[in-house]
Amino acid sequence: MGFYVAQLLTGLANASSLFLIACGLSIIFGVTRIVNFAHGSFYMVGAYLAYSIVALFPDSILGFWGGVIAAALIVGLLGLIVEMTILRRIYHAPELFQLVATFGVLLIIQDMTLAIWGAADKLGPRAPGLDSAVRIMGEPIPEYDLALILIGPAVLAGIWLVFHRTRWGVLVRAATQDREMVGALGVNQAWLFSAAFVLGAALAGLGGAIQIPREAVSLQMDLSVIGDAFVVVVIGGMGSVSGAFVAAVLISVLNAFAILVFPQISIVLPFVVMAVVLIVRPYGLFGKEGSGHGAPTEPEQPLRLLSSRATLVLMALVFALAASPVVVSDFASILLVDVMVATLFAVSLHFMMGLGGMVSFGHAAYFGVGAYGAAMASNYLGLPMMPAMIVGPLAAAAAALFFGWFCVRLSGVYLAMLTLAAAQILWGVTFQSQAYTGGDDGILGIWPAAWASSDQAYFYVAFVLCIGGIWFLRRVAHSPFGYGLRGIRDSDVRAEAIGMDVKFHQWMGFALAGTMAGVAGVVFAFSKGSVFPDVLGIAQSVDGLIMVLLGGIHALAGPILGAGVFVLIEDWVSRLDYWRFIFGMIILGVVLLAPDGVAGGVDRLLRALGLRREGQA
Amino acid sequence: MLEVKDLTARYGRAQILNGVSLQVGGNEVVALLGRNGAGKTTTMKCIMGLVHQKAGEITYDGVSILGKPSHAICRLGIGYVPEERRIFGDLTVEENLEVGDRPARPDAPEWTRAHLFELFPNLAERRRNLGKQLSGGEQQMLTIARTLMGNPRVVLLDEPSEGIAPVIVEQMARVIKELKAEGLAVLLSEQNLHFARAVADRACIIEKGTLRYEGGFADLDAHPEISQQYLAV
Ligand SMILES: Nc1ncnc2c1ncn2[C@@H]1O[C@H](COP(=O)(O)OP(=O)(O)OP(=O)(O)O)[C@@H](O)[C@H]1O
Ligand SMILES: [Mg+2]
Repeated sequence: MGFYVAQLLTGLANASSLFLIACGLSIIFGVTRIVNFAHGSFYMVGAYLAYSIVALFPDSILGFWGGVIAAALIVGLLGLIVEMTILRRIYHAPELFQLVATFGVLLIIQDMTLAIWGAADKLGPRAPGLDSAVRIMGEPIPEYDLALILIGPAVLAGIWLVFHRTRWGVLVRAATQDREMVGALGVNQAWLFSAAFVLGAALAGLGGAIQIPREAVSLQMDLSVIGDAFVVVVIGGMGSVSGAFVAAVLISVLNAFAILVFPQISIVLPFVVMAVVLIVRPYGLFGKEGSGHGAPTEPEQPLRLLSSRATLVLMALVFALAASPVVVSDFASILLVDVMVATLFAVSLHFMMGLGGMVSFGHAAYFGVGAYGAAMASNYLGLPMMPAMIVGPLAAAAAALFFGWFCVRLSGVYLAMLTLAAAQILWGVTFQSQAYTGGDDGILGIWPAAWASSDQAYFYVAFVLCIGGIWFLRRVAHSPFGYGLRGIRDSDVRAEAIGMDVKFHQWMGFALAGTMAGVAGVVFAFSKGSVFPDVLGIAQSVDGLIMVLLGGIHALAGPILGAGVFVLIEDWVSRLDYWRFIFGMIILGVVLLAPDGVAGGVDRLLRALGLRREGQA
Repeated sequence: MLEVKDLTARYGRAQILNGVSLQVGGNEVVALLGRNGAGKTTTMKCIMGLVHQKAGEITYDGVSILGKPSHAICRLGIGYVPEERRIFGDLTVEENLEVGDRPARPDAPEWTRAHLFELFPNLAERRRNLGKQLSGGEQQMLTIARTLMGNPRVVLLDEPSEGIAPVIVEQMARVIKELKAEGLAVLLSEQNLHFARAVADRACIIEKGTLRYEGGFADLDAHPEISQQYLAV
């Protein structure tokens, strides 16, 4: 009995920090509708700052708690800077822009943290006065855990008071429901948003700061916490603070007991719970369908077909590509395979987002399943390259059919979150199933068949598969099926009214996009000779989003350009020190300066040069 | 006082307004009439800064407000009562009023909660209820009261009589007259000619985003073919 109580208390102590992060994220989302990927960074910086400040006052109770609070306040200030310099410019942009921009912030903060605190993990001090254990029902419970258990509800009560007893709080709650109306009633949203962002960031900083006696401070804290924080926000209902509390407790306590039965379940459990909750309650436990008012006002442009001149240019490029191994070095042909893989991946994501209107934060799942499917088929079944190349996309198709069935039941940011959950579940399973997938060590030695083993020969294999896949997706985009998807994106009500089976259509679109991502994954696996769990990771998914964004979402040619530019930039930047910082800056530059992407920029350039007439579609 | 000239607006590719012009004088009630989808709401949203793709001139007290953010427009003294009411369902009646609260201004009457509860006695009884617990008519009153908390000089009132019980429609008519008596100007969007005639001084009729008629109700009644053509369903 005592053991279970101890387990429960540990779960509750874990819940506190998770609640602080998640409720900050939820407040920010509720008011600004921004899904803030950089929220984990605020948590991480809070921990580092607390570590440094507390170290100035060793063994002093006041110094410890003062340091924790000072860290939270400084993180709030950091949030203010981020909000005023970046986010304020993109509140009206589509979700994709906001997500990618906050990911850029994450990269920048990561390298700045590295520059300031170095790469080594930091072991925080114990909290003075709370550094021993008390016995509860015979089990030793750290005093600090008990303090944490109190902090969560205390913060919840504080937020409740602010939200119900101050004018600012009432405005925040109103804005969570209908921010446009709040503006029309004379409230300057800019300040409301800044304040909400500062509060959210400070809460995340506090969440990180109070963790220092419990876990080592490291550079991995940002991405490792963000997945769980998203889950808690979505389960609780986006924008709901009490929902975040209930969800944080639910997840942490479930986890504390589940690991007794299933030690590996930690990574997957939150995402499974989230998937279940979203299927039963599509807007989370305490959430409501967001008001349609004040949605992004960016006009929905129709997809443009390329002009015949541009098509000619593209054809010429493709031929140049096909002929290139003859003229260029092995190194360039390897790079070109990367470009083609990225392009097919980006085109498949764009098919789903641009055409189908389904934003995915977890498209890497299907890329990764394709790659692992082929790798496992070739390693364990001993299949030669060609059959293994068929297994990969089939596996991706199966995964996309399975998860897609759930995802298409939701829309907007909830759909995006469920795709993220799906990807994290697959990532977790891959990571944990050491026996089958090699876990962290990946699968090595996946080589092409003998006839395709030279870089040039493999280039042609990749060429046929990737360009073929892209061509196929473009054909589908202009088939009745593609027009149907587009119709649903523009108005699902109207599509339903003319008798379309909206969900089925979207499901098939989802599955097709996933399958083609799987093809890209297969080509990737055989070109690298190995696969590791990060092919399914958040970073890979975000890479796809960046490519689509770089290219500009409204043009069919966008992802092609975007992927090419992305791979070239990445190839160059990743060789530099602090490449994350540089890359983050590039991302922010694109989001803030060229919101219609590189394709839009090229388009404007062509117009300026008179190569394309105004209004030509 | 409020003047709209050659206003055009579109949503994406769809052109909704093709040059609407109208004026509202200092203490005047003007009815903006038109069928479903004529562009009445869009006109009001343009004035309020809630439609981004627009062109033309919108001036208030001789100063252009086109392109200003909606909170700035509100602070100049223009209150907006949206058609769908858009009350905050999770906030209590009092909190809804709090959101609309703005400091008093010298050029407009000041509305206190007490005064508003007098004007809308139902709301007084339900001050601690959540917005979503109110009936349709009560929500309509709340949305007007909330806007009045901002002490506006001009009120844009979008179809206040839509979808509520006849007794409450009568109450709405009394409220509009009260606003005029307090010295406010009102731009009222309506489909119902009888309601408009009962409360408004002048009428503007739009159809498919174009102004078709502007003048008094006497003229309109003298030429029944106008309302027949642009208003009858
Ligand atoms: N957000 C929007 N996006 C696209 N089209 C819109 C949007 N809002 C309105 N419209 C279209 O603009 C046209 C004018 O709409 P508006 O709401 O201004 O009409 P209205 O005169 O207020 O009609 P009603 O009496 O039904 O309120 C309609 O055809 C409508 O379909
Ligand atoms: Mg209307």
